[in-house]
Amino acid sequence: MRDPKTESWPSNEAAQPRAELLLRLQLESNPEALCLVRATLQRASEVMHFQESDSRAIVRSVDEALTNVFRHAYAGRRGLPIEVTCRRLWSGTGDTAPHGLEILLEDSGVAVDPEKLRGRSLEEVRPGGLGLHFIRQSMDVVEFSRKNGKNLLRMVKYLAPSKPEEKLEGE
Amino acid sequence: MQISARQSEGWVILDLTGDIDLAHSPAMRKILLVEIKEKHTAKVFLNLKNVRYIDSSGIASLVEGLKASRDSGSRMILYGLSPSVREVMELSRLQKIFEIYENEEQALSS
Repeated sequence: MRDPKTESWPSNEAAQPRAELLLRLQLESNPEALCLVRATLQRASEVMHFQESDSRAIVRSVDEALTNVFRHAYAGRRGLPIEVTCRRLWSGTGDTAPHGLEILLEDSGVAVDPEKLRGRSLEEVRPGGLGLHFIRQSMDVVEFSRKNGKNLLRMVKYLAPSKPEEKLEGE
Repeated sequence: MQISARQSEGWVILDLTGDIDLAHSPAMRKILLVEIKEKHTAKVFLNLKNVRYIDSSGIASLVEGLKASRDSGSRMILYGLSPSVREVMELSRLQKIFEIYENEEQALSS
């Protein structure tokens, strides 16, 4: 039986690094919860010894991803479920320290329009459309998928300097 | 987030404290647009010295304020950006379109 504390990402299991559950947050869509999530992620990234700029990148990405869920997947409706799962990634069995942090966001909102996942050109000066750009600039892996009626966003930040997975762009 | 105002004839300084995220950017946007569109304040200074965090919704509100100020012929001036706020400005590549100063003294003498 699989140890629930060492769950693997479900697809392509053999090729994925070992993942150990760090924390799981169950929240409701509510902008007032954002500051609590940011504080939690800030502390989690410090515990994992991320550099300050990388901690800020992690916090910013989760905040922007949750904002997108509130605004787009749930169209501003409050009280709807969101789950944030953080796992420490280990590249091999002999590791003495994790090499990255995987963050998975799940919501039950409407399917995300793939066209919108491309982001927008920054040449155009206008409000809006920056959140996804911030996430892609801040994280090493950004993957969107939809399974069983849920939107899934998987983000990974590697502890410098090792980056075994290639950065995925323009999905 | 808290917003307080110091004003004199033709200008206002909005002192912002805390985090500007989705929960609070609508309040900042509203105050900013009232100053620019309704009160027709010639110079609107945003003191960001005590802003620890700003997200894309906060940046969007600033862009909206900037556009409104350009339309009305007024000026929107930012100062006191923390490293975190400056980082987000750089990520959005918008730091060059805003009028940004290091501190209040420089901003007021601009």
